Amino acid sequence: MSVVRRSRRRSIRRPIAVGLALALVATIAACGDDSSPSTDPAAITLVAYDSFPKADTPLNEALAEFTANTGIAVSVVSAGDTGTMVTKAALTAGNPEGDVMWGVDNTWLSAALDGTIFDGDPAQVDFGDVCLNYDIAWFAERSLAPPATLDDLLLPEYADLLVVQNPGSSSPGLAFLLATVAEYGPDGWQSYWTALRDNGVEVVDSWDIAYYERFSGAAGSDGPKPLVVSYASSPPAEVLFADPPRNDAPTGVVPATCFRQVEYAGVLRGTDHPTEAGQLLEFLQSQRFQQELPLTLFVYPIDPATPLPDAFTQFSVIADNPYTVEPAVIAANREQWQDQWTEIVLR
Amino acid sequence: MDRDRAALNRLPRWLVPALAALPVMGLGVFFAWPLGTLLARVVRPSSVVDALRTPGLGGVLWFTLWQAVASTVLTLVAGFAPAYLLARYRFAGRRALMALVTVPFMLPTVVVGAAFLALLPQSWHGTGRAVVLAHVFFNIAVVVRLVGALWAVLPADLTAAARTLGAARAQVLRHVVLPLLRPALWAAATVVFLFTFTAFGTVRLLGGAANPTLEVEIARRATQLGDVDGAAVLSVLQLVALATVVWWSSRWQRRAAVPFDAPVGARRARSRNERRLLLFGAGATAAVMATPLLVMVSRSFRLGGAWSLRGWRTLSTAEVRPGLSLGVDPLASLTASLRFALVAATVAVVAGGLAAFAITSAHRHGRWLDVGLMLPLGTSAVTIGLGLLITFDSAPFDWRAEWWLIPVGHALVATPFVVRALLPVLRSIPADQRAAAAVLGASPLRAWWAIDVRRLAGPLLGSAGLAAAISLGEFGATTFLTRAGRDTMPIAIARLLARTGEVPRAQGFALATVLLVATATVIVLADRRGVLDVGRA
Repeated sequence: MSVVRRSRRRSIRRPIAVGLALALVATIAACGDDSSPSTDPAAITLVAYDSFPKADTPLNEALAEFTANTGIAVSVVSAGDTGTMVTKAALTAGNPEGDVMWGVDNTWLSAALDGTIFDGDPAQVDFGDVCLNYDIAWFAERSLAPPATLDDLLLPEYADLLVVQNPGSSSPGLAFLLATVAEYGPDGWQSYWTALRDNGVEVVDSWDIAYYERFSGAAGSDGPKPLVVSYASSPPAEVLFADPPRNDAPTGVVPATCFRQVEYAGVLRGTDHPTEAGQLLEFLQSQRFQQELPLTLFVYPIDPATPLPDAFTQFSVIADNPYTVEPAVIAANREQWQDQWTEIVLR
Repeated sequence: MDRDRAALNRLPRWLVPALAALPVMGLGVFFAWPLGTLLARVVRPSSVVDALRTPGLGGVLWFTLWQAVASTVLTLVAGFAPAYLLARYRFAGRRALMALVTVPFMLPTVVVGAAFLALLPQSWHGTGRAVVLAHVFFNIAVVVRLVGALWAVLPADLTAAARTLGAARAQVLRHVVLPLLRPALWAAATVVFLFTFTAFGTVRLLGGAANPTLEVEIARRATQLGDVDGAAVLSVLQLVALATVVWWSSRWQRRAAVPFDAPVGARRARSRNERRLLLFGAGATAAVMATPLLVMVSRSFRLGGAWSLRGWRTLSTAEVRPGLSLGVDPLASLTASLRFALVAATVAVVAGGLAAFAITSAHRHGRWLDVGLMLPLGTSAVTIGLGLLITFDSAPFDWRAEWWLIPVGHALVATPFVVRALLPVLRSIPADQRAAAAVLGASPLRAWWAIDVRRLAGPLLGSAGLAAAISLGEFGATTFLTRAGRDTMPIAIARLLARTGEVPRAQGFALATVLLVATATVIVLADRRGVLDVGRA
């Protein structure tokens, strides 16, 4: 009995349910309207890694100026971290996701230079150094000088003080491994890492765990290790984003340990708008755009004539002779070096 | 007589295909086709050999398997008591506790994982046991919700009868309760196994560099080595292994399903002992679940070694301080996420609801759909992302960077949960209710509508909330899609936490707190009509 009675009540409610469903469909359809892609021929897409801002920064204001001057609208899409972005670009070579790509660095460049991804040569747009960072207060309290070279890290006074990232999963981790390859050679870095392991190096999987959970120098962190692999721009960022504001950096950079990552941008092969894409690539190299890089992406403009913000000149250094390894050599050895490193340090 | 009754209840032949059409199409278009395209494009016979010869692959497989088995068993054990308390007792704060238990499962591991790490003793860092412990914490919700959903509708008179007949409590548990709960236990174990076998975030955060799972290795191949074919081969290996497990376990879920009538639902604690048990059990659960979340929340108030509201003050703007901006507008990401969650929940509930009805109506063949819908959970997100990228890449189907791919991706993850939440309830509907309706003159279709669909109204709304919560916190699938427009909240949090500097970091934890509150609110709202009250229908 009750079954039938209840079902009748249900059937009265049915129109309401149908109405709700229609309203929902209408809402969803409305959601779509404002995001539909523009078919304007003068609209192009800049493909970038995730940390490149899509809106709301001085970089985007500079891009808006470019649009105002040329009539070319630029939308930014995020394609993942640099490795993911390059993998996607290789898979879609010839039928790219956008018109210009920002941010392929020299550890990836070789994969991007086999002629399938870019139309013509990509241009250098910025650089950033991956260096040893140290906790200034920690060393001052112990009247101990921070290490000055990679060799120093093997000394007993620096035992158990260093945390690094896994080069198999982290970009700064790979850069630091490459620094040791550049210093000790393709056959010498293995014994350096064996010694570093014996001197108590700690390995974690990502930069943020190393820097915020294990390193003692980051403001507000109570990690146990006073030495970490991070960026040359980390000390200026510590100052700029400190609260309450501070006039000195809590961390310092060891310039003799830096590996230089140079980032490139290029026109993607297969773009429908090669002329506009070329114009944008030129603009990305102009001082108007370059001057906004330090305080947004925390990298250095490629043109040395571009003025730097005070925090960058005060609290960091640009290494005179940073380590580098040829992109082709990196590409040929990356996997083998990572596997060897895993064998030596983790097993 | 039996045959007559079956004939009386026979649903029209077109019903099952009609119900299954949409979920099958969705699965085909957004999962099977892209995956197939990717495999066809990149995999060569030599890449299979190369990938399987990867040095250390044996070790990776072994770690993946043992941590998944250990995590699953321990999660079942740890979730059993809270599942019982939440399903059978009504008490103040019950919904809040349910939300508290559920939230860690929904939040991105990047966010809670860091707080979890901070609570672990030094000697646990970078160990397999840290990973297992974290998995218990993150996945306990699956056990509490799936087992609890069935436990809430177990008739109390069965256990009472067993007690009257002289069975001890332990005997009742072993011979009456556990066999009746078996379908939900299998369902929960399957989901936890899927999630822990394919673990990525917890493993990277807590397992240290020395303990990768297969999923971590797949992502490394695809994103760090550019070795897409190797990644695809390993991802098929993972998929085949997990499909086998799901297929095998779905057998048990069906076989063990027992229909029963007249559920009693939850009641208040009666005796002093019961009240004590409840207080202790609920208190302990709340304390364990809340601690890492509180650590996370407290980090949003810590700046320069002191308490501060600085991280909260600039949440409504992308400017971290005048003239300085990282391009992350925290509150705008909340709006974006809510919009995605609405779409994802709608898609997941429609697809999952239709699928659940099709699965139960199709009896034996329903298993294909059931297992099929679980497969996206066992597939590496990077493989699906890359597959979509190369499958829908030319007009008029150039869907790359389309905004709606994100909620569709979320719905792929959420749909199996909608199905899991509905199946045990549907299967527990006694056939004689339908027979009674038929006797009273209802057509089979009418009886199906009046009994099956009606009984599902509450759980459907509840699962819509779950799907929305899953969408709010989804991180893995989103990161591998190319994205235009506003970031989702988890992506915005990850971007803030990945920068040097205290203020962005505090802001990241403040936004994580907003996500926590949003997710918890959605869960509480969903539970008003969801599993918790199913017994009172």
